[in-house]
Amino acid sequence: MTRYSGKGVFGAVAIGKISVFTRSDVKVKRVKADDASAELMRLKEAEKKAREQLGRIYEKALKEVGEANAQIFDIHIMMIEDEDYNEAITEMICGQGVNAEYAVAVTGDNFAEMFSSMDDSYMQARAADVKDISNRIIACLSDKGAVSVNIDDKVIICADDLAPSETVSLDKDKVLAFVTAYGSSNSHTAILARTMNIPAIIGVGAEFLSQIKNGDIAVADGYSGELIIDPDAETIAAAEKRQAEDAEKKQLLRKLKGKENITLDGKRVNIYANIESADSIGSVILNDAGGIGLFRSEFLYLESTDYPTEEKQFKVYKRVLESMGGKRVIIRTLDVGADKQVPYFKLEREENPALGLRAVRLCLDRPDIFRTQLRALYRASVYGSLGIMFPMITNLWELEECIELCGKVKAELDADGIAYSDNIELGIMIETPAAALISDKLAPLVDFFSIGTNDLTQYTLACDRQNPRTERFCDTHHEAVMKLIEMTVENAHKHGVWAGICGELAADTSLTEKFLRMGIDELSVSPPFVLKVRDAVRNIDLNK
Amino acid sequence: MKSFEYTIKDSLGIHARPAGLLAKTVKALDSEITIKKDGKEVNASKLMAVMGMGIKCGDTVTVTAEGGDEEKSVKLIEEFFEANL
Repeated sequence: MTRYSGKGVFGAVAIGKISVFTRSDVKVKRVKADDASAELMRLKEAEKKAREQLGRIYEKALKEVGEANAQIFDIHIMMIEDEDYNEAITEMICGQGVNAEYAVAVTGDNFAEMFSSMDDSYMQARAADVKDISNRIIACLSDKGAVSVNIDDKVIICADDLAPSETVSLDKDKVLAFVTAYGSSNSHTAILARTMNIPAIIGVGAEFLSQIKNGDIAVADGYSGELIIDPDAETIAAAEKRQAEDAEKKQLLRKLKGKENITLDGKRVNIYANIESADSIGSVILNDAGGIGLFRSEFLYLESTDYPTEEKQFKVYKRVLESMGGKRVIIRTLDVGADKQVPYFKLEREENPALGLRAVRLCLDRPDIFRTQLRALYRASVYGSLGIMFPMITNLWELEECIELCGKVKAELDADGIAYSDNIELGIMIETPAAALISDKLAPLVDFFSIGTNDLTQYTLACDRQNPRTERFCDTHHEAVMKLIEMTVENAHKHGVWAGICGELAADTSLTEKFLRMGIDELSVSPPFVLKVRDAVRNIDLNK
Repeated sequence: MKSFEYTIKDSLGIHARPAGLLAKTVKALDSEITIKKDGKEVNASKLMAVMGMGIKCGDTVTVTAEGGDEEKSVKLIEEFFEANL
């Protein structure tokens, strides 16, 4: 058993035989060609053929991976037609009297070199596109036809790297997984693998290719990014178990996708998704969530080396709102503290960060940071149905200050002539016992409550949930927590406000019935749990 | 000769997709469209040359239309930049 590790770009597990992908290696030789016009004619023919092939690949990609991902092949066609590229080839053929293959190869290398020497990783990756089209033209010149692989069995394709056209050209039904020595998670191949739902591992390193051979049995784990050659029985059993779980999920998906979240006696509830970054939207849509109940905006700050600008935030919020096509999107304002360190915030060390200057406290302490985020949110609001949620509220005045700041931001935008939506919902997290206990006072000021059960449990039971030694004292179903939830829902409804749960308990299906009896309006869970909760809701009868 | 200045808003700069669309759009026009940045100038119909300029988000470029229907072209290209870049 040998393990190689890279980066998993699509979570799924494959077990099967290895097939090492080798290109019909076209060796290009410099040959003297006296008849330049004949070479130019051959070039023209080959380019025509290459464009036709790409047209077919474009059509195939359009069906399999969608327009946005297929566009690259349209761009390849345009690259073949590029004036400068053709001029350089023609000049070599006419000026140096060389064969077309050689002229294309050298020109391709020169253009690829231009891209790879640029100081921008996106442009550097375009060198692969230039090489891809040049190789295609050369293959057409030597009449080799399209680069193709003949596979009889379902296999795990291992390659140094795959050009996007190679990825799409493979017969999807015969590919169990892709494993490449190089590549980045932004490469077209990674993106295509995700779209095609094929497990893929990239960046395994060059040495693995020389140590594997066709027919080796392997497990490719797209979750962990591991390729295990010659796996033992235990590893195979674990992989099979994972596959069975995935299959079950898929089946649930087929059965429940598009169905309503409705109990047997006809009560409806919203099931939304919690996400950490804009990259998870695909999974929200795939799992058929009715909206986003909690978008944690922290990642914008955590992945950055300086305060994210209004423009940067605006773009991310806009993208999330647009992607959700009018469905409710609740964005939680910044929730960091001394326990989630962001270096440039230069937060002072605290004895007790869970009880320290965090979340909305930090925002109110540094209103300039808060203002930037609120401006970005308000500006983005015109692109969908936005809810803004403030975390860690304990006092009424904190909420009043938040609302006042929102008013200031609106006035600023009005003065600048910048549009924002009139239908933004404002809400708060109920995650401290204090907030739950004064929820009757807080409710008149908001449109919704979202109960964060993780912190609420922690603060109510005075237990650190990460501390294994207090685990048996930290009963997540504790009556005190349940009472606070019930009280919150009751007070919300008294004031015409909706109430949801966005903590981990929302996905605990042993509590779904209890929550529905309390009258909860929304449950927001991580995307893979949406359908599981839907399944639970659809089997509950509140009349019983 | 008509021209306008534009600051790129797309986070990837003038990347392959808009550069491709731009080349297509420009080829349908009678006038010649050039993009200028820091003294370097390229014909907007040349996909690889445009990409090779490495124009990034936040860069300001000068776009010029010359000849034929320059009045109409410059307006069209300005709209294209607003919509795609």
